[in-house]
Amino acid sequence: MCGIAGVLSLNDRVIDRAEPARMISLLRHRGPDAFGMYVRKQVALAHARLSIIDLDGGAQPMGATDHSAWLTFNGEIYNYVELREELASKGHWFRTESDTEVILAAYQEWNEDCVNHFNGQWAFALWDCGREKLFLSRDRMGVRPLYYARTADSFLFASEMKAILASREVSAEVDLQALDQTFTFWSPLAPRTAFRDIRQVPPASSMVVQKGEIRTWRYWRPSFEWEEAADAAAEKRLSDELFSLLYDATRIRLRSDVSVGAYLSGGIDSTVTTALAKSIVKDRLRSFSITFDDPEFDESRFQNEASAFLCTNHTSSCCTPVDIARVFPEVVWHTEQPILRTAAAPMFLLSKLVHDSGFKVVLTGEGSDEVLGGYDIFKEAKIRQFWGKQPDSRWRFLLLKRLYPYMHNLRRQPASYLKSFFRVTPTDLQNPFFSHLPRWDLTAKIKGLFSAAVKDALGGAPATAELQDALPRGFAGWDCFARAQYLELEQLLPGYILSSQGDRMAMAHSVECRYPFLDYRVVEFANRLSPKLKMKALDEKHLLKKALRGWIPQSIIGRHKQPYRAPDGKCFFSPDAPEYVQELLSPSALNQHGIFDPRSVSLLINKFITGRAIGTKDNMALIAVLSTQLLLQQSVHQSLEMTSYAAHTN
Amino acid sequence: MQLTQIDQDVEDFVVKNFLFGQQDGLTPDESLLERGVLDSTGVLELIAFLEEHYAIKVEDDDVTPDNLDSVARISDFVSRKLGYSG
Repeated sequence: MCGIAGVLSLNDRVIDRAEPARMISLLRHRGPDAFGMYVRKQVALAHARLSIIDLDGGAQPMGATDHSAWLTFNGEIYNYVELREELASKGHWFRTESDTEVILAAYQEWNEDCVNHFNGQWAFALWDCGREKLFLSRDRMGVRPLYYARTADSFLFASEMKAILASREVSAEVDLQALDQTFTFWSPLAPRTAFRDIRQVPPASSMVVQKGEIRTWRYWRPSFEWEEAADAAAEKRLSDELFSLLYDATRIRLRSDVSVGAYLSGGIDSTVTTALAKSIVKDRLRSFSITFDDPEFDESRFQNEASAFLCTNHTSSCCTPVDIARVFPEVVWHTEQPILRTAAAPMFLLSKLVHDSGFKVVLTGEGSDEVLGGYDIFKEAKIRQFWGKQPDSRWRFLLLKRLYPYMHNLRRQPASYLKSFFRVTPTDLQNPFFSHLPRWDLTAKIKGLFSAAVKDALGGAPATAELQDALPRGFAGWDCFARAQYLELEQLLPGYILSSQGDRMAMAHSVECRYPFLDYRVVEFANRLSPKLKMKALDEKHLLKKALRGWIPQSIIGRHKQPYRAPDGKCFFSPDAPEYVQELLSPSALNQHGIFDPRSVSLLINKFITGRAIGTKDNMALIAVLSTQLLLQQSVHQSLEMTSYAAHTN
Repeated sequence: MQLTQIDQDVEDFVVKNFLFGQQDGLTPDESLLERGVLDSTGVLELIAFLEEHYAIKVEDDDVTPDNLDSVARISDFVSRKLGYSG
């Protein structure tokens, strides 16, 4: 994987080479193998390379064979082999074996429609010299990040916001609406970011900057239309098709000129991707995992079972609460947005393990829960909808007991309270966001910590307004399961899972993640499946389990879905807690940034100190405050101290 | 212990523990569930507070919204447990 950055002058300003050089130098962690720049009077493209395909010939920025266009590219086009053949048959010729050159030829052949031919994960900027046009694009699922900013003089872009801030043309003013959204949906809604003057190219979108104008459009969008499987034979055909698609998605994601490893979390999804990879590679596959010293979070038993079953060469690293507190500032330096759980920190440590083991590329099972219906939020919505149709039923709500077996506090509730927590009103059933209301309502409690000034500035407008405006036509009439899946695929997956826990944590240690479940062919196939095949009664990922039966251990197929979690607030209140925690949560530090009310935060801290903070809400609130304070402090001091973080990390 | 003191103590606990110290217009009769003040963990925290602060035993059968779903109801419940009349 790589880092990209660049500048386009919007007037007669001549670009100084020092500016793109300064920007790309902050992305060294994304591409430590080589740096390159293409600089002309009005445009500069910069690239930090992590060499994976065509180690000798893939240097960037790369020019087209006739030098009519130049490209800086972060990602992989997995079907580049087939595209290269197709383009060669149309008269294109190639100097290298890289997928980068295939993008340039595809652009010459199909212009901006070239992205519809790509199967992969990408963020790129292409300068069309003749048309004086900058063409940017981001992959369908939002795997790779791409940010931009416009000033009076310039258009700037980069893989990470720190590079744009390093241009010194853009301020690091926080976007309060983005904070409001983060403390509802877990991330800002694209194109917003945590910073007011920086935007992101949304997933599945392309952009053209030409003659001072910016035009953005979506080239792909998930849609949900299906026919019910007629009988068992039809279901069998669909499970065979799912297997074939996943097999091929994995096969092309093993295309690499360096060794590919695999994450093995102990869940179904990473066991599936590892099993498929193992059947394709000839060498003994290396697998990696993180373990916890706290049994509440540890899944090492299942990781070891999967590794033994698949005969992988497995390496794990144990993560402790002390580790989480120690690396948390670096984690936030990479997430570039507030986070509500510490789960990114173990992923940061995991990528370090992979890097230290000499690997640059890993397969992961991420995306399966969103695409094939694995999350408890889908199950919860299904039960609530079922109950909501007969709210006076004496037994329907008892299905809620089947939810969240790992949440002991919830399972201790008497029936009357269980009913109250999950109650469904006729109005709720009509709400297009029905599936997500409990999660969003719980998360929004964090906003009680905002300072009076922030509350006044936000004015109490609902955080859902921008989301509502961006919904596809007819969304409210969709099946409940499809609506829930759409919200996960569109918002949480790119905004948080693939970003804060995905790209950012892997790239922090120069590791590229590849996601077979997010192959667009798999996603489109899954979106044409009946929800009944994804969740049969309350059996999540039903068709996936059927398709992979025999390929992975039965014990892993049969276990209850356990979401990946890590120790949260208690990490920061042990005797070994680092000094920065108290400093950043002090009234003076809170007043300095003005986002949170010091008295409210002190009450929250007191709950942790006295051991009374035992719930999700308090844990989320603490991590939200701490990560926001870190983000603000780091953006104010984006500087030698933070550059040394990056240098230290690598 | 006076009834008004119980009212005050319960309200203080609810506001400090579940509303980050910001009362936001919470009234004694308002449903804590409907307002989203209490989640599943909150109920457990509330019970622990009542048992510790008032030295009472909250039985499983006591844990119902009728007893615990507003400041006023909690206060009444504690009063009954303590044997106060009125």
